[in-house]
Amino acid sequence: MASEPQGGLSEYITHHLTHFKPVRMSPGGFWSVHIDSLTVSLLLGVVFCLWFWSLSRKATSGVPSKGQAFVELILEFVDGQVKDVFHGDRSFLGPLALTVFMWVFLMNAMDLLPVDLVPLITHAAGAGHFRAVPTADLNLTFAMSITVLVLVIFYSFKAKGFGGYMHELFTSPFGSNPLLWIPNFVLNIVELASKPVSLSMRLFGNMYAGELVFMLIAGLFSAGSWALFGMGIIGYTVWEIFHILIISIQAFIFMVLTIVYISMAHDHH
Amino acid sequence: MLDFNATLIGEMIAFAILIWFCVHFIWPNVTKAIEERQLKIADGLNAAERAHAELKDADSKVAAEIKQARQQATEIIDRAQQQANQILDKARADAVAEINRLKANAQDDIASMAQRAREELRERVGALAVQGASKIVQREIDPATHKAMLDQLAAEI
Repeated sequence: MASEPQGGLSEYITHHLTHFKPVRMSPGGFWSVHIDSLTVSLLLGVVFCLWFWSLSRKATSGVPSKGQAFVELILEFVDGQVKDVFHGDRSFLGPLALTVFMWVFLMNAMDLLPVDLVPLITHAAGAGHFRAVPTADLNLTFAMSITVLVLVIFYSFKAKGFGGYMHELFTSPFGSNPLLWIPNFVLNIVELASKPVSLSMRLFGNMYAGELVFMLIAGLFSAGSWALFGMGIIGYTVWEIFHILIISIQAFIFMVLTIVYISMAHDHH
Repeated sequence: MLDFNATLIGEMIAFAILIWFCVHFIWPNVTKAIEERQLKIADGLNAAERAHAELKDADSKVAAEIKQARQQATEIIDRAQQQANQILDKARADAVAEINRLKANAQDDIASMAQRAREELRERVGALAVQGASKIVQREIDPATHKAMLDQLAAEI
C-alpha cells in the first residue's frame, strides 16, 4: 500500500491507518514493532520530562516564573484530584497521575496536527507509513493500562498483605462459604481484568475514531468540488476545536481512573 | 489494527521510566517549592496581623499621650494666667502706694513752705509794726527792751 495506484478514500484511509514497521522483520510477527508509536511516544515523554524537570529544577518558593507557575498550576490540579480520592501518602500516586495526564495529553494532542502533515514529512525521510497519534495504537494504551494493573495488584498486596489479598479475592463479594470461593474468585478476576480493558479501550476508541473522522473530512479536500472543499475546511475546523475538548477529557479520565483504581487497591473490603 | 507485538513491552518500559523520572526529579522539587511558599505566606499573614494589632496599640497609646499633653498645657496656661494676674495686682498696688507716698511728700512740702512763709510774714509784719510805731512815737524804741512786747505783737498777728 506504499504506492497509491488508483487513489480513492478507502485507499487513503487504509494507508493512513497502517503503522510504520521495520521492513526486514516478518510482517505481523511479534518483533515487528510500531516504530511510529514508539518514536512519537518516547519523544513526547522526553519533552514532558525535560520541560517539567528544567522548570522544577529552578523552582523557588518565592515569586515563581511564568513557566514555574504553569507547572505548579498543572501539578496542583493533579494533586487536588489525587487528594480528593486518595487519603494517604501521595508521593508516588501524585507523580504517577501527573505523568499519566501529561503524557496522554501530549500524545492525544498529536491528533490536532493536520493528518497529512506528519506522514508527509516522514515520507520524505523514507517511512512509507506513519501514524502520529500513539494513543490511537492499542499497544500503547494497553501498555499503560497493564502497567496500571500491575500497580493495582502491587498495592493490593502491599496494603493487605498476601493472605489478606487472597482472602479478599476468594471471599469478597458473596461471602466466605467454601462453595462460593470459586465464584468469588472468578468475579474478582473479571473485575480486575475489566479495569485495564476499559481504561485502554476508552482512550484508544476515542483517539482512533477522532483520527478516522479527520481522515474522512480530509477526504473532502480531494473530492474535486470547491463546495466540498469549503465544507471540508469548515468541518475540519469544527472537529479540530471539538477535539481539543476530547483530548483533554480523555487524558483527564485516564488520570482519574488510574487514581481511583490504585486508591481502591488500598481499601479493605 | 489489532496486532499486538513488542511495541506493548517497549511502551510499558517507557511508561515505567517516565513514572520513575517524575517521581524522583519533578514532583518533589515542585511540591517542596509550593509547600515552602505556603509556609512563607502563612508567616506573612501572621506578621501582618501582628503588625496590625501593634499599630492599634500604638494608636491608643498616642491618643492617651495627646490627651495628657493637652491637659498639661491647659494647666500651664492656667497657672501662667494666675501668675500674670498676681504680677498685675502687685504692680497696681505698688503704683498706688508710690502715688500715695509722693502725694504725702508733696503735702508735707506744701505744709512746711506755708509755715515758713507765715513765719517770714510775721517777722516782716513785726518789723513794719515797729517802724510804724517808732514813727508814731517819734522816738527810738530800744529794740532790746521792747523785744518781749514786739514778739507778743508778732505772735498775735
